[in-house]
Amino acid sequence: MTAKPKIVVGLGTCGIAAGGREIYNAIEKALTENNIDAELTQTGCIGACENEVLVDIAKPGQPRISYGKVTEEKIGEVVTNHLLHDKIDREFALGKIGEGELSAEYDDLPYFFTDLPFYEKQVRLCLRNCGFINPEKIDEYVERDGYQALKQVITEMKPEEVVEVIKSSGLRGRGGGGFSTGMKWQFTMNAVGDKKYVVCNADEGDPGAFMDRSILEGDPHSVMEGMAIAGYAVGADEGYIYCRAEYPLAVNRLKMAIEQAKEKNFLGDNIFGTDFSFNLKVKEGAGAFVCGEETALLMSIEGKRGMPRPRPPFPANEGLFGKPTCLNNVETFANVPVVILDGPEKFASIGTEGSKGTKVFALTGSINRTGLAEVPMGITLEEVVYDVAGGIIDDGKFKAVQAGGPSGGCIPEDLLHLPIDYDSLTEAGAMMGSGGLVVMGEDTCMVDIARYFLSFTQIESCGKCTPCREGTKRMLEILERIVAGEGKPDDIEKLKTLGEAISATALCGLGQTAPNPVLTTLRYFQEEYEQHIFDKRCVAGICVDLMFYLIDAELCNGCGRCRKACPVSAISGDKKEVHVIDKETCIKCGVCVEKCKQEAISLQS
Amino acid sequence: MKVDFEKVNGIIEKYRDDREAIIALLQDISAEIRYLPEEVIRHVSDEIEVPVSRLYSLATFYTSFRLEPRGEHEVQICMGTACHVRGAPRMLENVTQKLNIKPGETTGDGKFTVETVNCVGACALGPLLVLDGKYYGKLTQRKIEKLLGGSDDEVEQSC
Ligand SMILES: Cc1cc2nc3c(=O)[nH]c(=O)nc-3n(C[C@H](O)[C@H](O)[C@H](O)COP(=O)(O)O)c2cc1C
Ligand code: FES
Repeated sequence: MTAKPKIVVGLGTCGIAAGGREIYNAIEKALTENNIDAELTQTGCIGACENEVLVDIAKPGQPRISYGKVTEEKIGEVVTNHLLHDKIDREFALGKIGEGELSAEYDDLPYFFTDLPFYEKQVRLCLRNCGFINPEKIDEYVERDGYQALKQVITEMKPEEVVEVIKSSGLRGRGGGGFSTGMKWQFTMNAVGDKKYVVCNADEGDPGAFMDRSILEGDPHSVMEGMAIAGYAVGADEGYIYCRAEYPLAVNRLKMAIEQAKEKNFLGDNIFGTDFSFNLKVKEGAGAFVCGEETALLMSIEGKRGMPRPRPPFPANEGLFGKPTCLNNVETFANVPVVILDGPEKFASIGTEGSKGTKVFALTGSINRTGLAEVPMGITLEEVVYDVAGGIIDDGKFKAVQAGGPSGGCIPEDLLHLPIDYDSLTEAGAMMGSGGLVVMGEDTCMVDIARYFLSFTQIESCGKCTPCREGTKRMLEILERIVAGEGKPDDIEKLKTLGEAISATALCGLGQTAPNPVLTTLRYFQEEYEQHIFDKRCVAGICVDLMFYLIDAELCNGCGRCRKACPVSAISGDKKEVHVIDKETCIKCGVCVEKCKQEAISLQS
Repeated sequence: MKVDFEKVNGIIEKYRDDREAIIALLQDISAEIRYLPEEVIRHVSDEIEVPVSRLYSLATFYTSFRLEPRGEHEVQICMGTACHVRGAPRMLENVTQKLNIKPGETTGDGKFTVETVNCVGACALGPLLVLDGKYYGKLTQRKIEKLLGGSDDEVEQSC
């Protein structure tokens, strides 16, 4: 152990976006200026995105103190106070991690993982290393039992035993479908072939979800170790990680991690002196949502257009280059070393009857604590929304939570008691999906959300099958006229018929699930559709075509800012006199609202 | 713009023996010259003996490929779900109005190209814009004005 103090800056995508690099440099400067000898390093996302930039400081023998929302101006002071004067700046301190001596003055400082409400209900298996290790240094992974599971598997177990362990753990795929991982491995193991592959799906196409990104950025080795174990179990010596190109940091860290693992012989030939060899390559996606679908993904790795094909044959029998292929999601693989090291019984003791272990969720939308949370299966949506995420911002009222992205659905308030597991969510018309949870308050229009998701899937439809290519287009046209105030009385019926037909007949999962956001909002929020169609009203105040701008005559002081800013000259009025907006000319761009210092202009429905 | 065929040839050589690497090859070329001009596609087709139609079929299927030259600066506005519920559509409107172009287009002076993307993974900071690879979160109209140059001071001063 080094006796130097250690400073860790959170440099995941969100940390960097929030200015993490600048903070890192500012700390470096403060250390040099004050002649402090400390180790400055980086880590991936610890999940509390709301508090970025996060900086942890630990003196030898003392607990590690986590500081949040630090600023470039103040960080130097925070660091010197802590390291030179043992003073903890309460303005930024979030909590302490680990034990050690600390002045009694700070006894009341909460423990980060057990006392902070965001973490209290979390169980961190997949994210066990995220926020702790420097993902660019393999030694830090090894120090935390890294590659021990792989060693145990290839030196002590037969492939069949590995498959049996995974099966008995109850681990199910985290990429959306929830298929038993052990079964999938068994099929691939039993498939006949001179060459087999392991493929990791890191395409994470759900717009608004970032679980896989955080794992890849924060702990790439756990995924690679899981893949190597799968390789041993199914009899593959080569693997691919298909990562979306929008995640440049994840791609770089993966490439770096592969190089380091090769040097240590955790990858490559004759791993741990056995005759097991396994090599990994990273493939970058090129921006196509459908490539998250497994058969399309394999096409894309082969250098073709990523178009899905009907299954069977499943990839386990006929996958990459026609060879048996074991394909799993990032989080699924990251769970594997945990299952092996802790034992399948321990893993299976977490969760519900049908869904074992934990699930990582990206919590976003109108909530107080945005971030990444790993919770045990079976926890209720209510606990996640209120206890973990801290409820709706500004004490607003909850309206719905969207689970499963473009393939999922919206779950209303009276179903918040639902436990989070594969089966309950599917029953509610939503799905576990990859783990995006977007919480929406009263100011979200459900028709607009349905339209949003459908326009996404419609654009991303690859066009191979007719129900998806044409059907989603027609549904979108209907939704667009509803939000434009031109909905027709039979539109609701039409949407239902079309939606059910597409679900039943589309070729791949994209088309089969594309109607879900529309069908669930129709199921739980039909009255909102009716208001749009019959009363031409959008209560949430989102659908601009159903609204108009009005200047409050009491508040307007006739400054003329809005009149000058209006791009279509729809506003008239003399200087120092009340101004008015001509509804016919107004294009509802909203520029006037932003310009008005009196806050006199608002949207009315 | 003059294409540097030396560089293109270098990239082709790198992937010479890799049968599955056509997409990576096109990606590397795109990264180098920032789009795929027709003359380059034809050149690649001749060199690696793959039909031009096959290259175009890939270049049009995957959204990260561009067939038109791009502006000096690239603006990407996140239209992911988290950003959407936090007002991304309005931010997009602000940007397109300010630059007077539609998403996917480049300004007449070749300065800016505007695009939409679906989630860059920093949802906590939405609505969000990426300018030349750097993230700018918690957008407001003011921030956009500042970022894209030219402020609204004229209006402010005249009243
Ligand atoms: C349109 C579509 C998009 C998908 N996107 C993803 C994705 O981004 N990531 C993922 O892991 N699985 C995705 N899937 C699911 C995969 O096809 C596949 O079931 C999964 O990767 C298998 O891994 P698992 O068993 O570990 O879950 C998608 C499926 C469909 C139909
Ligand atoms: S939705 Fe915009 S960054 Fe994720």
